[in-house]
Amino acid sequence: MDRRRVVVTGLGTVNPLANNVDDFWKALLEGRSGAAPITLFDASALTTQFAAEVKDFESELYMPRRASRRLDRSTMLFWAATHQAMADAGLSYEDGDPEGFRAGVVCGTGIGGIGTTQQQMAVLAERGPGRVSPLAIPMIMSNQAAGAVSIDFHLAGPSTCTVTACAASANAIGDAAEIIRRGVTDVMVAGGMEASVTEFAMGGFNSMKALSTRNDDPERASRPFDKDRDGFLLGEGAGALILESLEHATARGAEVYGEILGYGMSADSYHITLPRPGGDGAARAMQGALDDGEVDASSIGYINAHGTSTPANDVTETLAIKSVFGDHAYRLAVSSTKSMTGHMLGGAGAVEAVISIKALDEGVLPPTINYTTPDPECDLDYVRNEARDVKVDRILSNSFGFGGHNVSLLFASV
Amino acid sequence: MEKPEIEAKLVDLLVDELGLERDDITLEAKFEEDLDVDSLGVVELLMALEDNFEVKIPDEEAEKLTTVGEAVDLVNQKLNG
Repeated sequence: MDRRRVVVTGLGTVNPLANNVDDFWKALLEGRSGAAPITLFDASALTTQFAAEVKDFESELYMPRRASRRLDRSTMLFWAATHQAMADAGLSYEDGDPEGFRAGVVCGTGIGGIGTTQQQMAVLAERGPGRVSPLAIPMIMSNQAAGAVSIDFHLAGPSTCTVTACAASANAIGDAAEIIRRGVTDVMVAGGMEASVTEFAMGGFNSMKALSTRNDDPERASRPFDKDRDGFLLGEGAGALILESLEHATARGAEVYGEILGYGMSADSYHITLPRPGGDGAARAMQGALDDGEVDASSIGYINAHGTSTPANDVTETLAIKSVFGDHAYRLAVSSTKSMTGHMLGGAGAVEAVISIKALDEGVLPPTINYTTPDPECDLDYVRNEARDVKVDRILSNSFGFGGHNVSLLFASV
Repeated sequence: MEKPEIEAKLVDLLVDELGLERDDITLEAKFEEDLDVDSLGVVELLMALEDNFEVKIPDEEAEKLTTVGEAVDLVNQKLNG
């Protein structure tokens, strides 16, 4: 039996560069950075005092004030992205709508409501357990966003949450596509988010020596594949895609951006935070996506890299690409948009899926900014500093998470 | 604190802490039916009352509250006997 084809018909995002897809795409092509000194809290005690924050986010555009009071910031960001994506796809469901039972959501996040965790832990320490908010648990739990979106948008099919650190929302997209392929639903909201620009999370990442400490020049801190990279730039944000079976999209005359052709997964099975040297795990995820889509490696024109700007990731990912693609690794384009957005952790895969779909649709590849000094160990074509007009038909998007989770998604023009 | 002042402060709490619309709030309004305050919201309200009026409201008394007016009366009774 031919399997059902899964296409993308709606996009939404809120991230450090912009609070909608159109402005986001423009900012990416201009090579702008979303980094700046932290404004969400007093960061003076931290080693790293900058981040890529979502700016001027207005929750009232998307939800009543009463609803937002009960949501962690992370959930609000995903809700907003979903709102945009549903509108973009021209979909809406009513309570009890039979179509809503054929629609679901998979939402990924790395550390869920960590802002609420920090805030409620302070209440616990200062005032004792009797003053912990009745909303603390629902706001902290990583599946809050999937639940909230399923309720508000009347998505009554499967509603689940993937929690695989920085691969989470790539897993969400892949899992959602599988649910449609199996025939369980016709429509899925898929994506994820993170809102972990908090003192607690940054303290932890600083202790791991994972973050850039370039406090004197935040906009140039994220420099994937550059020799002088010194860690990642923490970002926050959300991305949401509307996935649909091709038949369903065609029947309702929906505009189709592109297709999800393949989904590859692997584990490093090596170390809780470090990538396996040589990139074997990452390579198997990419190969898995190619195999799932039944396409030749030579047909891939662009890879949206995981590209975190950490010393370890960028070398390992480069090796992995070379092991999968051989000589073609030097012909395809690779860029890390984390040079601009920062690393949105559990939200990164979804926002980068939005980017990949736009790149297919618009025929332009976004750059890796801040590339100044070549690293002999990173010797691919990283679309240095300037966007590039080139029409590609097949794109891989990589997402790798602490814990050794590797995900690669294969997107294609229809 | 006199009763009218208690009432005004309680309405402020409902707006600020629970996010209710000021125009919807009357003394007769029922929390669950009229104001859509669910069981989690009731606990939030009780915590807000205890913190802001510096009173202690045991669960058995809290469970009897159904309207805004009853909440005003309860706080008034705690403060003014």
